[in-house]
Parts: sequence; structure tokens; C-alpha cells
Amino acid sequence: MNKIWIIIQREYFTRVKKKSFLITTLLVPIVFVGFYAAIIAITISGSSEAQKVAVIDEGGLFDGKIQTSDKDKTVYTFITNDNEKSFRKKYKQQQYSSFLYIPPIDINKPSGIRLHSKSAVSLATKSKIERRVNQAIEEERMGIAMIDPEKYKAISSDVSIDNTIESENGEKKSVAGVAYGVSFFGGILIYMILMIYGTMVMRGVMEEKTNRIAEVLISSVKPFQLMMGKIIGIGGVGLTQFAIWIIIMVLLQFLIPLVIPDMFEQMAQQGMNAQAENQSRTQNMLLTVTEGLKSIPVGLILACFVFYFIGGYLMYASLFAAVGSVVSEDQQEAQQLVFPIIMPIILGFVIMAKAATDPDSSLAVFGSLFPLTSPIVMMGRITYGVPWWQLGLSMLLLVLTFLLFTWLTAKIYRTGILMYGKKITWKEMSKWAFRRS
Amino acid sequence: MHLMEVHHLKKYFATQKAVDDISFSIEKGTIFGLLGPNGAGKTTLLRMLTGIFYPDEGEIIFDGKKFDPLQHIQQIGYMPEERGLYKKMKIGEQAVYLAQLKGLSKTEAIKRIKEWFIRFEMQTWWNKKVEDLSKGMGQKLQFVTTILHEPKLIILDEPFSGLDPVNSNLIKEEIFNLAAKGCTIIFSTHRMEQVEEICNKIILLNKGTKILDGAVDEVKQQFKGHLFQIGFEHFPALSDDPAFEIVESRQHALIVRINQGYSPNHVLRYFISQDAGIVSFHEILPSLNDIFIKLVEGTPVTRQFESVNT
Repeated sequence: MNKIWIIIQREYFTRVKKKSFLITTLLVPIVFVGFYAAIIAITISGSSEAQKVAVIDEGGLFDGKIQTSDKDKTVYTFITNDNEKSFRKKYKQQQYSSFLYIPPIDINKPSGIRLHSKSAVSLATKSKIERRVNQAIEEERMGIAMIDPEKYKAISSDVSIDNTIESENGEKKSVAGVAYGVSFFGGILIYMILMIYGTMVMRGVMEEKTNRIAEVLISSVKPFQLMMGKIIGIGGVGLTQFAIWIIIMVLLQFLIPLVIPDMFEQMAQQGMNAQAENQSRTQNMLLTVTEGLKSIPVGLILACFVFYFIGGYLMYASLFAAVGSVVSEDQQEAQQLVFPIIMPIILGFVIMAKAATDPDSSLAVFGSLFPLTSPIVMMGRITYGVPWWQLGLSMLLLVLTFLLFTWLTAKIYRTGILMYGKKITWKEMSKWAFRRS
Repeated sequence: MHLMEVHHLKKYFATQKAVDDISFSIEKGTIFGLLGPNGAGKTTLLRMLTGIFYPDEGEIIFDGKKFDPLQHIQQIGYMPEERGLYKKMKIGEQAVYLAQLKGLSKTEAIKRIKEWFIRFEMQTWWNKKVEDLSKGMGQKLQFVTTILHEPKLIILDEPFSGLDPVNSNLIKEEIFNLAAKGCTIIFSTHRMEQVEEICNKIILLNKGTKILDGAVDEVKQQFKGHLFQIGFEHFPALSDDPAFEIVESRQHALIVRINQGYSPNHVLRYFISQDAGIVSFHEILPSLNDIFIKLVEGTPVTRQFESVNT
């Protein structure tokens, strides 16, 4: 046992101390959050500076006045003594960023409304102006139809339906969208872990074999100790990396508003400027997401994530180690041999994508019980609530398979690690695996 | 007292009888030569002695007890022919790691490694990586890691390959030192002149079986060709004599083979009667190289695959 511990330490520390580990560990979340921030920044960039918009209202839509709220920095100026053609050449010199032209229009078929600008206006600005125009047209139409705007507001309805599930744990609200997102994300994480750290184990074993250090080591420790030491050590690297990622993500969530406070203010402002109807929808959305997150059993998901992370990793890592042990030097050979291992991982991913939308289909249930796919698929189902017996059976099968695989692959590993020069087939490997002693 | 006894050891692979019924024993404190052509089964035999392979049949007695890899592995140091070290790892850390796997504590390992590094003038290497080392330097490092835990049995497979004469001598000295301290050393090689110089006892393997076993001197006596070299002041007249045959004649010397039933006395008597001015007379013993070639000759250079009926 003591020797396994020494091996684990070496496997862990040589990897964690590497520069490449530090770089990927720090870079990935920064790139991730940076990307996220960039998307937000781009979507709101249009309203980030005060806009001066000139308006020629030949159609008399606005009656010389556009309502703006305090936080909207857009300034509308009505030009009355000019026409579209001549003003088009002038608005730039007069420091307007864009110019809205409303021709005399038929209120039932409004067309020909144009926004002139130096460069393409941002989506946010365009939709903001569109909202104002639509609002004006609606008010106009309501006047014609003799509808009291106040009454209209009172009549119009915007209902969303809550789905309530009755389970043994009492009632809870289900929010399909949020559950889907969390499921999918969890499944992808497990998929990535299996791929990244599985191949890391394989490369590590190949390194030991091609460097010929395996023989020296195996004269000191049992092959099984060497294999398990490597698998556990690299698993530890994976857990460390994920822990650091999570910490960095959480920190950045707090830090970003401090560094770029504008961003969130403007997001809020965007909401404020929206029409009342629109506003309530946004609020509803936010409410749904927060409530959706509340409805998800976070503790259970985290516990399952850790369990399937470890269980799935251990099961697949032993397979990857076995492949690494039979390959000698030839990368292509490794790819061929590793293909049958990657297949079920990809299959699991495909079933998971389906399970995240339809968690109780028979395919999803099968996928979440079958141990080769269960780590990925179960993560896709777990947010929707899985019967306890299925969860228990899935976990039990996973543990049993892990034990079986480790037992078989240890035998392949023991023979393969000292075998050179010969191309090994799956048939031979299975012969080694099922040989006695 | 035997440190290791091997009884009827067998290991068959699918296509070869790699080791076929081999028995021998090794005295404590001796340097034991394991010889054989390529593919004779040396590596397989060594792997069984180090517990890497389990024998199909037969038993190994280590230090008076049945060999148990788990228990005895700490008392064996094995340097395989194919050297292996982690290329990206620092040399000091690597040596400490390998020593820890042999059961040394970290502090003890560091202390001993520092001593050995000073002895081999490797002090400045500690923070270098293995990939920066030359082949010979790597060899020295590997030797240090093999003997660091002061094993009772040291197994060296071709320890001098890739070493220059200076470093070869350094390692050779250490081998003698270790033997003098009571270590037993198994030394596997093709280089016969080193075996003659270093080993007390040898066995020769060919095609998985033992074909020769004994002390180096005994073996040489056993295979001597009754050849003698006689040096002359001036070359004598020659005629046929039943006592000997001339094998080779040189400018001032003759090499003769003494026939069955005759002794050197007969030969000397003949030349003295010829009034030849004899200046030297000595026996030519075969070198291990000659013995090796003689015994192994006739078998194909590379071993063919054979079917094994077990």
C-alpha cells in the first residue's frame, strides 16, 4: 500500500508541477469567462455611448416628442425644416450618430421608415428605436379603434405555465429549460473527463513502456500497484484541475462586476427601457431561471457528479492503461486499439443528448444503467429526478464493472508492459485477460 | 552457503521454450556470470529471478527460503539490459523515487544518493533532466539506482555497454567492492573478456538449456586443447614424433598439440634431444570466447520459432 502511495505522489506531482498544467488550468476558465464576457459586451455595445438621433417625422407619428427614460442616453432631436434627401448629407456634420426618417404613412400599412447611419447600428439600438416606433403606431391605431390604452394594457395577458411534479419528496416545480441545460452540461463534463484523463493515463503507460523504465519499476513493485498508482495519481490531477476551475469561475463571477461595473448596469438599464410588457417577460425569465435552479437538487447532482466522475474515470482509465501497455512506440497502433474504448464513450454522449430532452425514454433508462455509458447518461437524467432504484442499480453496476475491468486489465497490463516488438491484437489481449493466474 | 538455488526452472512461451529445465546455485559473495548467445533465455531467466515472471515449473530458493517476490524483492537490485529512466524527470528526484520504491525512506535515500553522486563525480547532476544526459552518464545513474538500497543480490545485465574505459573501470571497481562486502552479483553479458576478468563462476545457456556450469578456471581446463607454445632461440630441425603435432609455426616459436597418452615432458625431451635452444614453454588455455564459440557454433545465429507441446 505504501508503494502505491509513493507512485501516486510521483504521478500527481510531476504532472501538477508542469508548466503546461498551470497554463491550461489558469487559461481555460479565463478564456471561458472572457468569451462569455465578450458575448455580453458585444450584445450591449450599442448602448454603451450616448447616441444622438435626428428624427424627421413627416408622418407625424410622434407629435414632436419621444419619451425617454432617465437612464437611456439616447437623445432624439426633431428636425422640422429639412427633408430626407438634403438632411442625409448634413446629419454627420451636425454630430448625429444616426437619423430616423418617417415618411407620411398609412397607419395600417406602415412602410418606408428608414434609419440612416454612418455605420451599421448595433442590434440593441435598432431594436430600441423599433420599439419606440411600434409603440407609437400601436397607440395611433388604438386611438383610431377607440381603444383606451389603459384598458388594453389591463386586458392583454402573458401567462407562463408551471409544471409541478408530484414525487415522493413532495411537490416541486420543474423547469424544463434549466434542467436541460444543467443535464447537458454535466454530461459533457463527464464526457470530457473520460476522454482527457483517459488518454492521459494511456500516454503515461506508453511513456513508461517506450522508455523501458517499466522493467526497472516492476522489479520493485507489482504491476498492479504501478497501474493503480498511475490511474489514481492522474485522477487526482483531474480532480485538482476541476476544483481549481470551479474556484476560479466562482471568483470571476464576483470579480467581473467589480472590474466592469458598467456592463451589468447597462444590462439592467436595457431591461428598464423595455416596454412594460417586455419588462415583465424579462423579469419572468429571470424568475424562472432562479426558481428553476432552486428546483434542481443541487446536492444530489454534485454528489452524483463526483461519484460518476470517479467511477467512470476509474473504469475507463484501466482500459486505457491496458491499451497503453500493449502498444509499442507506434502512435497509429494506439489509435486503432483505443477505438473500441472511445466508441462507448461517444455512444454515451449521444444517448445523453437524447436523455437530456427525454429523460424517461427506454433508451435513456438503458443508457443510464449500462455501466459503459451510465456515467455520461445518468448526468443527463439526474436533474429531472431519477427513481432511487435506478440510481442505485446504475451505481452498483458501475462499481462492479470497474472491479471486473481492473481485474482483467491488470492481467493484460502485466503481460503487455514487458512485451516489445510484437503487434498485439484484441484477441490476444482477451486471451491474456482470461488466462488463469 | 548459497544465496540462491534454482531447481528445474521452466518457462515456456507460446512459440518458444524460453527456459527449459535449468538448475544452478550461487554462492554468497561471488560474482556469477550468466552467458549465452542472443535469445538463449537469459532475460527470461533473470526476470524469473527478479520476480517479474512466475516460472511455469521448478522453484527458486532465496537465502534459504522459497523465493517470494513480494518479500524478497527489496533485497534484489536489477539493472535490465534495456535502460529505462523517466526522460523528463530531474535526476535527483528520479533516484529518490526509485529508492523509495525499494523501501528506503526519503531522507535515507537522499543521504545515500548524495554519497554515491560524490563518489561518481555526479554532484552537479541533481537538477538536470535525464534527457540531457549522454548514454554513458545515464548508465552510471542507472547503476547507482540499482545498488542504492544495498541489496543482497545484484543483477546486472550488460552493465558496461555504452561506457568508456574510464567509467567501465569505475563500475568494475564498484562491483569488486560490493562483492568484497558480501554482495552476490549476477552478471549477464556477451563480452567474454569481461567475464574472465570479473567472474568467479559461470553458466552458459543456449536455446533455453544450461550447457556449461563451473568456475572459470575449471571450465578452461575442461576445454583445453592440449596446446603449448614453445619459444626457441633458433629454429630447430623438425621431424615427425608420435608425442605431438605442430599446429602452427612462427618465426621463433611453435605451437604444438600434445597427443593422447603423452605429456609435456615427452615434447621437451624431444626438443632437448634436437639441441634446440628453448627459451619458453607454456600452455595455451582456451579463452572463454573460444569456448563460447565452440559450444554455441553450429546452432543458428538467430533462434527459430518452435512449437511447444506442454
